[in-house]
Amino acid sequence: MLIAQQIINGLMLGSVYVMVAVAFTLTIGMLNFLNFTIPALFMVAAMITWATTAAGFHWLVGSSLGMAVAIIASLIIERFTYRYMKAKYGDATEHALPLVSSLGFLIIFEHVVIMIWGTDPMSFNSPFAHAQFSIAGLIFGIPQLISLALSVALVFALSLLLKKTRLGRALRSIAEKPDTATLMGVDVGRIVPVVFMMTGFLCALAGILFTINYKNVSPYIGDHVATNAIAGMVIGGLGNIWGAIAGGLIIGMVEVLSIHFWGAEIIKVPVWGLMLLILVFRPTGLFGHTRIGKGKF
Amino acid sequence: MSAYLTGLIVILCLNIIIAYSVFLPAAAGQLNLGAAGFMIIGAYMDAYLNSADDGLGLPMLLSVPAAALFTALIGFLVSFPILRTRGVYMILATFAFAEIVAGIVLNMEVVGGASGFPVSSHAELEDLLPVTIGVVLFGFYLISTRFGLAMRSIHDDESVAILFGVNARHIQVGAFTIGAFLGGLAGALYGHQFDYIEVQNWGILFSIFVLLYVLIGGTQTPWGPLIGALFFTFVPELLRAVGDATGWELIGELRFAVFGAIIVGMMVLRPEGIMTRTFLELLFRKVPQRSPQNPPNNMEGV
Repeated sequence: MLIAQQIINGLMLGSVYVMVAVAFTLTIGMLNFLNFTIPALFMVAAMITWATTAAGFHWLVGSSLGMAVAIIASLIIERFTYRYMKAKYGDATEHALPLVSSLGFLIIFEHVVIMIWGTDPMSFNSPFAHAQFSIAGLIFGIPQLISLALSVALVFALSLLLKKTRLGRALRSIAEKPDTATLMGVDVGRIVPVVFMMTGFLCALAGILFTINYKNVSPYIGDHVATNAIAGMVIGGLGNIWGAIAGGLIIGMVEVLSIHFWGAEIIKVPVWGLMLLILVFRPTGLFGHTRIGKGKF
Repeated sequence: MSAYLTGLIVILCLNIIIAYSVFLPAAAGQLNLGAAGFMIIGAYMDAYLNSADDGLGLPMLLSVPAAALFTALIGFLVSFPILRTRGVYMILATFAFAEIVAGIVLNMEVVGGASGFPVSSHAELEDLLPVTIGVVLFGFYLISTRFGLAMRSIHDDESVAILFGVNARHIQVGAFTIGAFLGGLAGALYGHQFDYIEVQNWGILFSIFVLLYVLIGGTQTPWGPLIGALFFTFVPELLRAVGDATGWELIGELRFAVFGAIIVGMMVLRPEGIMTRTFLELLFRKVPQRSPQNPPNNMEGV
């Protein structure tokens, strides 16, 4: 029974990883770019949600503000990481440039937040602290359940969008080859910001749900969640959004179960060991394509 | 010399060594986000060998090279699976390696686990300085050899290098192993400088910063890591000094954020790093020779 409860907790934690992993996998799949600003976007949204709620506003105000800031920040990042390099060097992804610029942005965001609110973890006064029910002795938190449902629904909507709509077709053509997409009449300069807006939206949503579910924020939460999400993305296969769901949930469960069986100290070894094994022996992940993310950098 | 300056130079020396450790694979086209892993192995191996109570009690002169060699061995062994991957996958694999090393050391009671491990003997700056200079000279020498030429050719275009008979695999394993040796050396020396080592010092941010030293410095020439480490060590301190001098405390408090902005700006202005081959030529060129037969080669190395 205890194990069943742990598996449920793992799935709930995994649902947050799923959203961040989808954000990673989108930018890698579409633009072949490992976007290191994702932890920063996640953290900024979480911190703003906490700060506005702590200042006495309704939590919905705080989370909308957090989401708006994250999306705008993501668009600014797009200008300096992808668009500029693209304009200057053709295929920007041949270089390590976007990666380095995104690391620069990560440093900027983390230190601005640290300067404003300090490094201490803050506790978030969740409006849904006791919203839970139990079935046969197993406890389900309602916000956690909602975030699990939301992340699956979002990925479903995203895959529909990619498959059925004009925008989705344009995005898939950019993923194949940006230059050819341009020749075929896709306005790459206008479509790429959409990917970044989606990234900002997914990260912010994950950050807000994480804040509400785990009632704890600090300037460093993004690092932990994003690194685990990267592991989830690799397990699912780079560039594959359904793989990101499976990978995120697997990582959530591996994390919770290894803490349950072996304690919190060992947690890094199973998560990263699993990821390294997959990288070396099945680099496409469980569901991935081989082509994506194999460029020079 | 003030204690502040001495401390700063110690950090600079360690940064330079670890920067060369990441530079060598990067010069052969392999981005390594696992600098922390090698540093942890070197630091703990050295502390264990050096410690009289818990370890073997070897003198520093033996324990440091032994720890570096041990790290090189580990680097050699993991280079085979890791070099199967490339691009983004390689970045992720090296990062996973560093995290696994941190996770394992965190659970080894013999070296203190999460509470850290004390280092018995202390080394002064006078011991660190010659080693650092040696590492820099070695870096320059290595790039000037045939091995270094092969590394650079793989960095520029792996397929063409293989067509010209370069054994890319050997070169990459070699570069990665030497990089691991230097990483272990940096870790061991770190322990002797600060007398106490903790795994928590070497997280994701550490590896990111070391990779940035190299990429901001430039991977084309052996000047890159040296300049990158200088830049990363002194610019935040300079910003702090500017903040103190002008009375704008905001600059001092925001120095890392300003620094991030500098990184972003740097990628816009000098995408191949501060020090590139063309820039070097510009600095040391004697007389520009232009003739119709030999048009100047102004191609930025891509």
